[in-house]
Amino acid sequence: MDGTPRLGHGFRFQWEPAQQCHVLLYPEGMIKLNQSGGEILARCDGQRDVAAIVADLEAAFSASGLRGDVEAFLAMAIEKRWLKLETGAKA
Amino acid sequence: MNAPAKIGPPMWLLAEVTYRCPLHCVFCYNPVDFAQHEAELSTDDWLRVLREGRELGAVQCGFSGGEPLLRDDLEILIGEARQLGYYTNLITSGVGLTEARLDAFKAAGLDHIQLSFQDSTKEINDFLTHTRTFDLKQKVGEMIKARGWPMVMNVVIHRLNIDHIGRIIEMADALGAEYLELANAQYYSWALLNRDQLMPSREQLRRAEAITNEWKAKLAERMRILFVVPDYHEGKPKKCMNGWGNVFLTVTPDGTALPCHTARMLPGLEFPNVRDSSLREIWHESEGFNHYRGTGWMKKPCRDCDHKEEDLGGCRCQAYLLAGDADAADPVCPKSPHHEIVSAALENATNPDRQTQPLIFRDPKESKRLIEEAEASESTS
Repeated sequence: MDGTPRLGHGFRFQWEPAQQCHVLLYPEGMIKLNQSGGEILARCDGQRDVAAIVADLEAAFSASGLRGDVEAFLAMAIEKRWLKLETGAKA
Repeated sequence: MNAPAKIGPPMWLLAEVTYRCPLHCVFCYNPVDFAQHEAELSTDDWLRVLREGRELGAVQCGFSGGEPLLRDDLEILIGEARQLGYYTNLITSGVGLTEARLDAFKAAGLDHIQLSFQDSTKEINDFLTHTRTFDLKQKVGEMIKARGWPMVMNVVIHRLNIDHIGRIIEMADALGAEYLELANAQYYSWALLNRDQLMPSREQLRRAEAITNEWKAKLAERMRILFVVPDYHEGKPKKCMNGWGNVFLTVTPDGTALPCHTARMLPGLEFPNVRDSSLREIWHESEGFNHYRGTGWMKKPCRDCDHKEEDLGGCRCQAYLLAGDADAADPVCPKSPHHEIVSAALENATNPDRQTQPLIFRDPKESKRLIEEAEASESTS
């Protein structure tokens, strides 16, 4: 997967103290994210491309080989329109 | 008392900021006696309510009414709500919406606008014949889209417009709607007064659903359509408000806090006012919010029913309105001893010779008349 993911139109990502988790807010709804989902989405800022997000996560959690899991999550999030993937000329 | 042990945070704070409205919808869910609850909260009261709701954990904030645009402090309230971290939703008919006002909402950080078609008896007719109302919605729709908000539309569907549903969808598409909610009227408050006029027959409903499904397939790429089936026809009680005191905390224009926007009608239940109590006390400790939480309040047939966790006995207001008992099973359920009331209403909707009274329009004069009528019947009974 190549490109730069950013939040879909109308979505907002934030930490919710009352839920003790990251959430995605959208018109009239909320998605509670598990820890890894939250960590991935926190890095989908429209600046970092997929490779940078993976590298960043691997550094933050002293892990390697995360690319497959991250791409699977991103593909799901794109399909659900939480994210848009900008490809080609970088945004 | 019978509340579940753990009460989570409300997801929604619904701020009904005013009952004032330029429209007179025959299906309005505002209380029929709204004219006696006109003392509106001040700006400072609302700002405190917003803060307390957020501290309680609410994430979605809806501004509705009446017509919320009639509060001239709306941009202040939206700004504070956004600042506090709410996702902010404005539910409006768009009547009176200007470029300047929308700019102020944008600057305040408003996240989402739902444009409703309220006054359908008149408005849908205008809308369907391309006259003034269509122009108004088109203008408002363009102003909304130009500022980067998604175009979300809601149309209340009933007997008088249901046969035009294809045309309604087509025109929503022409307005650039990305999301369209076709909500069948629910029979509370003004809509209950007008039920015989508003309830479609099963055949009308079936046809409308089929047409909607065709459009869903055709427009799948650019518009999401949600068709909300009426519970009378479905014969299945809804899990009302997704559970009493579970997801929604409504604050009405005069500060009364409710677990659902029509619950004020239930007799014998005290609902607290935000002028006297904090939202935390209201949500966690008040009798009004605890009374119908969970399943402990149920009696037969709900108490012994396999579906009791699934539908929580349906709607308390509907039980009260139709069965005269707020603790009863929702009469839309075939297991309810009062189900015949619902069957009779449905039967009546197919009767070509059915009697109908003139439509009663929601306005302060009618509301005052209905209050007087209710008082007169109380003093004679």
